[in-house]
Amino acid sequence: MWQAIRRWFDPRDLRSVGSTPDYRFSLANERTFLAWLRTGLALVAGGLAAAQFLPPLPLAHLREIIAVALLLLGGTVAVRAVDHWARTERAIRLGEELPASRFPAVLALSVGLGALLLVAAVLSRALGDR
Amino acid sequence: MTGHARDPGLQPERTRLAWRRTALALTVIMVLTVRLALTGDVAGALLAGVAVVGWGAALRVCWRRATGSGPSGAYGRALPLVALATAGFAMLGALLVVRGLW
Repeated sequence: MWQAIRRWFDPRDLRSVGSTPDYRFSLANERTFLAWLRTGLALVAGGLAAAQFLPPLPLAHLREIIAVALLLLGGTVAVRAVDHWARTERAIRLGEELPASRFPAVLALSVGLGALLLVAAVLSRALGDR
Repeated sequence: MTGHARDPGLQPERTRLAWRRTALALTVIMVLTVRLALTGDVAGALLAGVAVVGWGAALRVCWRRATGSGPSGAYGRALPLVALATAGFAMLGALLVVRGLW
């Protein structure tokens, strides 16, 4: 794992494989990375906003659980973004297939599942109040 | 090389704008983190200071990439650095949320 992290920070390591592609491909890869990074930043912002703008929820610490879950998800998205960028760049340089990833599907499913759970929490509270 | 001739500099421009949007998103995060950190005690002020310093460092990285010489396609350290800054803000935020429980 440390080796992978060191690789991200070492431009020479990437430059040493394959041949330099058309710069537009590298720039497109970089923009994809930035789009993922902003997705991660949006999740982090959502977590920070949940922590300070949501009223205390009926379930004990539910607000804090939502906030920490969003924050951890955001951090994971950011780290995975740089890893995917490096693997994609390597594949482009080597003329290989781009790396496939289940991560977008997993992220979409977990966000959807989280939303469903919150809908259930809100509904159960509304019905319980009657 | 006709491809290069048909690309009148828009790809570098789009990439620079993407870096600027990222810098703006980082600024929103910094403001939210500082607001969460400032609870009127010394530890809160220190954590807010950490957020501001981290934001400044990340913004510097974004700015260099956004205003650099353009389509060099060079692999700097900018990408892993901003990713780690984002992960750092996530960790700092989680710490602040847990701290708020006490």
